[in-house]
Amino acid sequence: MDVIVSQLFTGASTGAVLLLVALGLALTFGQMGVINMAHGEFLMAGAYTAYLTQQAVSNSDVSLLIALPLGFLVAGMLGLLLEMTVISRMYHRPLDTLLVTFGVGLILQQVARDVFGAQPKAVASPTWLHGQLDLLGYGYPVTRLFIVTIAVGCLAGTAAVLKYTALGRRIRATVQNRDLAETVGVSTRGTDRVTFFLGSGLAGVAGVALTLVTATVSNLGTSYIVPAFLVVVAGGIGQIKGSVIAAFALGIVGAFLTYYTSGSLATVLTFVLVVAFLQIRPQGLFTVRTRSLA
Amino acid sequence: MLELRGVTAGYGRTIVLDDVSVVVPTGDAVAVMGHNGAGKTTLLRVAVGLLPVRAGTVLLDGEDVTRLRPNARVRRGLGYVPQGQQCFPQMTTMENLQLITTSKAEIRGVLDTFPALTELLSRRAGLLSGGQRQQLAIARTLLTQPRMLILDEPTEGIQPNVVQEIEQVILGLTQRGDLSVLLVEQHVGFALRSTGSYYVLESGRITAQGEGGAGALDSVRAAMAV
Repeated sequence: MDVIVSQLFTGASTGAVLLLVALGLALTFGQMGVINMAHGEFLMAGAYTAYLTQQAVSNSDVSLLIALPLGFLVAGMLGLLLEMTVISRMYHRPLDTLLVTFGVGLILQQVARDVFGAQPKAVASPTWLHGQLDLLGYGYPVTRLFIVTIAVGCLAGTAAVLKYTALGRRIRATVQNRDLAETVGVSTRGTDRVTFFLGSGLAGVAGVALTLVTATVSNLGTSYIVPAFLVVVAGGIGQIKGSVIAAFALGIVGAFLTYYTSGSLATVLTFVLVVAFLQIRPQGLFTVRTRSLA
Repeated sequence: MLELRGVTAGYGRTIVLDDVSVVVPTGDAVAVMGHNGAGKTTLLRVAVGLLPVRAGTVLLDGEDVTRLRPNARVRRGLGYVPQGQQCFPQMTTMENLQLITTSKAEIRGVLDTFPALTELLSRRAGLLSGGQRQQLAIARTLLTQPRMLILDEPTEGIQPNVVQEIEQVILGLTQRGDLSVLLVEQHVGFALRSTGSYYVLESGRITAQGEGGAGALDSVRAAMAV
């Protein structure tokens, strides 16, 4: 029983990190269909923003709180720049987008290595996140709980923006039928830019949060980008609720597999399970029901 | 007023419209008729900006809008109801309307025109019937408060009892006087009843034009039979 509870908590915590990373991707890939391989580097940008913020504000108790919105802005601006200069010229050319953004990701990694060096940078966690919280007899690290809180907060914020705001309606309309959106007065170009800003910004927030559990290095994003794509695809393209379930499912399954096998074998087995799942259900967990495609 | 002057347009290497000119005077209703593949929808796509012209000009109330994107034309008073009862299927009926405005009074206004939509506001548009989706498409376009309304086959593929409702609304719109209407319709009788003048388009060229009304039925049928 102890093993089940502890692995469930470990899996939920990994799932929260995955969700946080995948949430931005759920907007740019899931909603817009852009395969942005540089998304992981926006994560890295958020992590280095946390590091720089801590250099500027030595009090780690407040620097994290400053870094969260700052990371969102920095990664969001990077995403916006990428969308305006590169991706906007490649809509409907997914293979080109994949290759070019992969190249952009490598450039960003090299720039980070040149600026910050190859050595990992540690970001001290605030004292109010030290310690553990006792949940069902299991000592749950407060940092992990904080990441879950950020993930849930970002999820709720994203869902609220998409569901209840004019911007959200414009984003969904553009995703569902670009031409029709234009002819009802939606500036689809402007909407693309804002969506990309939001999606990339969320990656920045994820990067800041990751500094609580891992060291900041230039290739931080590469370890998360593939699992994040898996989450979005397995959840069902364009379905954020699917991404939520897929993130936690992958996290929990991965935790149990790691416990009973090893870390690397667990990764392989998780991939195999996702591939097998997509063979049975290629559309992912959730699909859209309509009476017609119009 | 909408004016397409000497428009040539197409897809890839195929020319679909060849030097076509159409004028919709302010407050008037004009029908464009023709067989499938004649270029009617292409003409409308050029008018709203979804398809660039290879030659020619599109003027809206005297302003050259040829290079403007569709959303900029909407802001200048161009409304478009596309073919195929198009809507945003994953959004509810209300969200489809709120995409244009959140003003309750304005939404109530279009719901008065299409009362059937009132009970469907929380239903996803993708789950509506074809007739309901067409009513939603027209309601949504009316919310953009167009001065120039373009309708592409508004009664196509819709059950007869709903067709009558939609025809009544369109007849009302064409008779408003403050709204110009460009109507593409295969149902020749309805098109001529609703509009003051017509164009017949065949193989990307205007082959006939004249005054509308029931008296034009024979000449339009003759032009389309050629």
